[in-house]
Amino acid sequence: MGDVLIFAEHQQGKFPKSSLTALLAGQELAQKRGGKAIAVVAGDSPEQLAGELAKYGCAKVIALAHPALKNYLADAYAQALAALVKSAGAEYVLATATAMGKDLMPRVAARLGAAMASEIVAINNDGTFIRPMYAGNALATVEMDGPVKVVTVRATAFDAAKPGDVAAPVEKVDAELDGASTRMQFVAFNQTKSDRPQLTEARIVVSGGRGLKSGENFKTVLEPLVDEMGAAMGASRAAVDAGFVPNDLQVGQTGKVVAPELYVAVGISGAIQHLAGMKDSKVIVAINKDEEAPIFNVADYGLVADLFKAVPEMVQEVKKLKQ
Amino acid sequence: MKILVPVKRVPDPATTIRVLPDGSGIATDNVKWVINPFDEIAIEEALRIKEKQGGEVVLVAVGQQTWQEQLRTGLAMGADRAILVRSEAALDTLAIARLLAKIAEEQKPDIIILGKQAIDDDSNQVGQMLAEMLGWPQATFASKVEFQDRKCTVVREVDGGLETVAFDLPAIVTTDLRLNEPRYASLPGIMKARKKELKEIPADSLGVDLTPKLKIKKLDPPPKRQAGRKVASVEELVQVLHNEAKVI
Repeated sequence: MGDVLIFAEHQQGKFPKSSLTALLAGQELAQKRGGKAIAVVAGDSPEQLAGELAKYGCAKVIALAHPALKNYLADAYAQALAALVKSAGAEYVLATATAMGKDLMPRVAARLGAAMASEIVAINNDGTFIRPMYAGNALATVEMDGPVKVVTVRATAFDAAKPGDVAAPVEKVDAELDGASTRMQFVAFNQTKSDRPQLTEARIVVSGGRGLKSGENFKTVLEPLVDEMGAAMGASRAAVDAGFVPNDLQVGQTGKVVAPELYVAVGISGAIQHLAGMKDSKVIVAINKDEEAPIFNVADYGLVADLFKAVPEMVQEVKKLKQ
Repeated sequence: MKILVPVKRVPDPATTIRVLPDGSGIATDNVKWVINPFDEIAIEEALRIKEKQGGEVVLVAVGQQTWQEQLRTGLAMGADRAILVRSEAALDTLAIARLLAKIAEEQKPDIIILGKQAIDDDSNQVGQMLAEMLGWPQATFASKVEFQDRKCTVVREVDGGLETVAFDLPAIVTTDLRLNEPRYASLPGIMKARKKELKEIPADSLGVDLTPKLKIKKLDPPPKRQAGRKVASVEELVQVLHNEAKVI
């Protein structure tokens, strides 16, 4: 009882920081429930990758192997992971709420007839969890019944596991998979090319909103500041809706949730759904010409100014700092 | 093509949500109720598919009598008929997915399209659960859906890029923002919607275990972030970020 299976996602042969977050959250849960934390790395031959997680504090790392797990596909992965949960007798299955975690875990829950809590931000000692609802305007304390429970964790709410000296055993398990019942095919992955840090992992995020007025202005006005600050670029839903930038830059309730050390909101009014994605940032700066904009209610430092003047000026000021 | 579109009634996204002092829920006075925005995108996608290939768009919701309003709005957008699975009790995602699976078995749609998440509980679960219960392929977070006979190809919005998956129908698609821009209901559409079929089925008649496995014990308002201060110039801003906040 109390064992936690942690699904450790990998992309192009690497573990994103969010997977290390899952490990630490899973270890906290296992400790509070009196069980063991077991990491799971799935793939067609995931043994070597699984080995990379051996020193990250779990009791065991399982390399879940099957040719059908070569590319991530929800139906095959759900089958394999659910079967492993049963054979391992785990009480919890946990992953980070990334695009993959969000896609996979409800399917695993349904296969197990288990309840699921999405994007938890805290693990209580009594076995309940805390998760945001209504774009973060309410924090719900939730309780789950049943022999198995499924959880995804919000990456910004937990720290990442760090490697120690002790290496846990790595065990290869051949996944139980009925190939006839999996019908999805992987066709292609088109990676967004960028030299900038990833939005969810960056120390500084500079985001633009509808105030930028066009996709062209994101390039010519905002990007120089993004790059001068060594930041990741984000955007409000309004900017995505208007077609200025792609959706994977969206910060907010229905996009990405970020909590960098510094968040700079440029030409963003601060709609509820945007605030849901960034209000846990350590320091928030808002630049907006409308002094009544709600973004100023959460900003540590607000500058009421025309962004088309202020942003280029800021590029120069940041440059001066470096001299 | 027969398309089933599950729909949820939620507070208007622009509504300010306040948690009740006793933590039992949110204040619902002054709340305007709408179709979950992602479900609106699902209805729009279904209508576009029907306009191209013919077929039928059937809406389904699991909720109270008041949910008829949102189903009528969907019918006014152009859906053909609607089913309301009546449940007065609060259900969890697993129970809702089970009820929808029953409806899907009875209606036998070629495809089910629904929003990726409802903007009230932000769970992002029902589409995936439904896919597993039916044993169907799923394409969540769709930004493009194309068909070639019975083959469906979907572009998905994932971390760091776009992923393309393909499968034969029947299947489940959940919608992301950029899939389309939903239409408004036209006046003739609203008139016609009044005469369209809206059938009610009691949830407990479907032979599904509705006991919630996930219970909300209480709601709390989030900690308030203190508003900071205004700075007078860009120069001052960069100086305070460097010297005071020490983040650059």
